[in-house]
Amino acid sequence: MKEMSRRQALALGSGLVAITLLPLPATASIEEVNEDIKKFTGGAEAAESAIIKLEVPEIAENGNTVPLSVSVDSPMTADNYVKRVILLAEKNPNPGVATFHFTARSGVAEASTRMRLATTQNVVAVAELSDGSFHMTKSTVKVTIGGCGG
Amino acid sequence: MAKSKPRVKAPKSASKGEVITIKTLISHKMESGQRKDKQGNVIPRSIINHFTAKFNGEVVFEVDIEPAISANPYLQFKMRVDEPGEFEFIWNDDDGSVYTKKQKLKVG
Repeated sequence: MKEMSRRQALALGSGLVAITLLPLPATASIEEVNEDIKKFTGGAEAAESAIIKLEVPEIAENGNTVPLSVSVDSPMTADNYVKRVILLAEKNPNPGVATFHFTARSGVAEASTRMRLATTQNVVAVAELSDGSFHMTKSTVKVTIGGCGG
Repeated sequence: MAKSKPRVKAPKSASKGEVITIKTLISHKMESGQRKDKQGNVIPRSIINHFTAKFNGEVVFEVDIEPAISANPYLQFKMRVDEPGEFEFIWNDDDGSVYTKKQKLKVG
């Protein structure tokens, strides 16, 4: 009788551990990323383009802080400038990372930040120019230790 | 949480037409809303969700920030200098707090 209750207690304990460990954060799907891009472009096509550059490390040891730099080749004048750049991570729980809003006053369409990446994945950047065109680029980051969830 | 402390690194003076680099950082845990505590309860999201950089009242640069931005969000961006004036940097917290920092810029 005494042994039974001890077993039960152990089973209960291991069950609890399993519950806390099992639910891994759900990752975003490629469709979700495409959905986000569509929302950003308003349905317009975003073609892969060389005018937008995304600088990320090839291998990130720590997914909690992955440096990222994005730049778009543009004269940044009042009638020809980069309006927005959206950053998306394909396999994070939520694909959204950040949206940079530039103005003609920016002078150069370039910004840097640090992001979290849950696992090895593609990072996507899409730029909207003042002429209404959209430009996209992708880069893969290998992540050794994920930076989402606990 | 502890009070968030914004920090800005921008030149004090520049020449007209120059494109300057501005670096900002604010101390913030940026709780993503994805993590769970030891009891398995989700720790609620608490992040800086927006950043605005103004110069003489005019918006120069803005960022919509998602939970995927690292703790102590760091932002680096550029601005072309047309005239002297004052920067105003604004961080918006999920909890409604607003953190601001101002800095003057001389031209000459």
